[in-house]
Amino acid sequence: MTSALLEIAGLHAGYGSIRVLWGVDLAVRTGETAVLLGANGAGKTTLLKCLAGLLPARGGAIRWRGEDITRLPARVRVRRGLCHMSELGIFPDLTIAENLDLGALFVDRATARRRRAELYTLFPILAERRHAAAATLSGGQRKMLGIARALAAEPALLAMDEPSAGLSPKLVGTVIESLARCRAAGLALLIAEQNVRFLDLADTVFTLEGGRAAAALTPDAVRQDDRLRRAYFGMGM
Amino acid sequence: MWRDLGLVVLPLLAVLAVLPAVYDNGALLLNFVVFLVLAQGLNLTYGFSGYLPFGYVGFFGAGAYGFAMSVTLAGAPPLLGVLAGGGASLLVGLLLTPLLRLQGAYFGLASLAAAEALLHLIGNPNLQPVTGGPYGVKLQAGYAPLLTYALALAILALTMLLVAWLRHARFGLRLLAARDDALAAAMAGIDIVRGRLVIWLASALAAGLIGAVFAWRTATFFPDAVFDLNFSIFAIVFTLFGGAGTLAGPVFGVLLLYGLYNAIGLSAPQYFQLAYGVLIMLLALFFPEGLAGIARRIADG
Repeated sequence: MTSALLEIAGLHAGYGSIRVLWGVDLAVRTGETAVLLGANGAGKTTLLKCLAGLLPARGGAIRWRGEDITRLPARVRVRRGLCHMSELGIFPDLTIAENLDLGALFVDRATARRRRAELYTLFPILAERRHAAAATLSGGQRKMLGIARALAAEPALLAMDEPSAGLSPKLVGTVIESLARCRAAGLALLIAEQNVRFLDLADTVFTLEGGRAAAALTPDAVRQDDRLRRAYFGMGM
Repeated sequence: MWRDLGLVVLPLLAVLAVLPAVYDNGALLLNFVVFLVLAQGLNLTYGFSGYLPFGYVGFFGAGAYGFAMSVTLAGAPPLLGVLAGGGASLLVGLLLTPLLRLQGAYFGLASLAAAEALLHLIGNPNLQPVTGGPYGVKLQAGYAPLLTYALALAILALTMLLVAWLRHARFGLRLLAARDDALAAAMAGIDIVRGRLVIWLASALAAGLIGAVFAWRTATFFPDAVFDLNFSIFAIVFTLFGGAGTLAGPVFGVLLLYGLYNAIGLSAPQYFQLAYGVLIMLLALFFPEGLAGIARRIADG
């Protein structure tokens, strides 16, 4: 067993007097994809915020490549390869090309150029509209740009908060396809989702309930477990 | 970057450098350069970090007094005095860095209050032996119209070079990202505080250096002459009118509006105020991005 790239141990967090996370344990190994399941309000977003450094942890530890990063500011975590993608990730007044350049700020120029070419191949719509302001993109295209921008930073792990939210089924397919390609290239993913199709990407699945993460499950175990299926995906699968 | 230099910075500097030979109102020319620097200096902080300091004149006044006090009290040569003026504005900028925690109108008002406080500190009658108090400053630095004009042009060149560089460098892109969305910028790995601090101090330095040159040229002034709020207002209006965040915008803003001011503002102030007011209202209503916004719309078809 390889050692964990990311390890979260006994993480507590909350807002004001409200406690949201009550000791979450979770680990992602290098190149592995973990899907985080949880109902609305279970604490998925809170967990990802803690991980990004946008919300201080109240207890427990976040370890990155064995080093404690619980108290590091958000910008330092990004530079170490722990990236986060959400709607927050794009700059509407800047062009698409500028948005991608911002993703690659801490990558050397030659790599950044090669990377940009790859990303334009991966997301042709972004290449087509590279000089347009990001504000002119549709919701789905913005999501693509958010993913592309995060990937431009050459992360070792990309954490995502509901990448499928607000997307049409066809676009969800495109997102999953592009993530599968990144996964094949060795990128580790931590995806908070409610869409069952993301199970296809997963190596492990964590369920978040009542502010605690249950032990890692395999995707098949989730698919075969009636209770989990009902709880997270409804009856239709 | 080279295109910006060739199309905007060099032609402007060339014209300004030649003008004294054919136009003999040197004081007016210097005032034009002073406002060009103030507009570009304000452009640095507003255009690239989104902070609009209504008290921007505080740096100008600090530069003027830094020059005056280093020359009168320490007997510094005037050239060194200009650097001292820049140093004084940097010091004030550093002291005011906590204001960067504020946003929008709160920041604007707090910076205004700071400039007023500085004016009244310097104009305090009890400080007369040091600052000259309310009776102002009478300098013996020597009248050097050509040298002061050349210095002003050099400061303008440096300020515009900085703006041109920021528009193309990664550092400028980071600033724009932080201006657009500070949280997202932090998640892109950008050190927001450092960027804002650097641009804030650069902006203060530009105003301080030109304030020092202004003090050298003017030689005799009262505190409220170099802390005159009109400096702030003019710099803000010229920058916004031309287009913040661009290089040519503030230049056209100054040339047009300060030109208008000098053409009719002194001889027929009532019509000037009317024309000024209408012009600014129309622009704010229809072209909130300033003249540069109009140019961009034409370019985009």
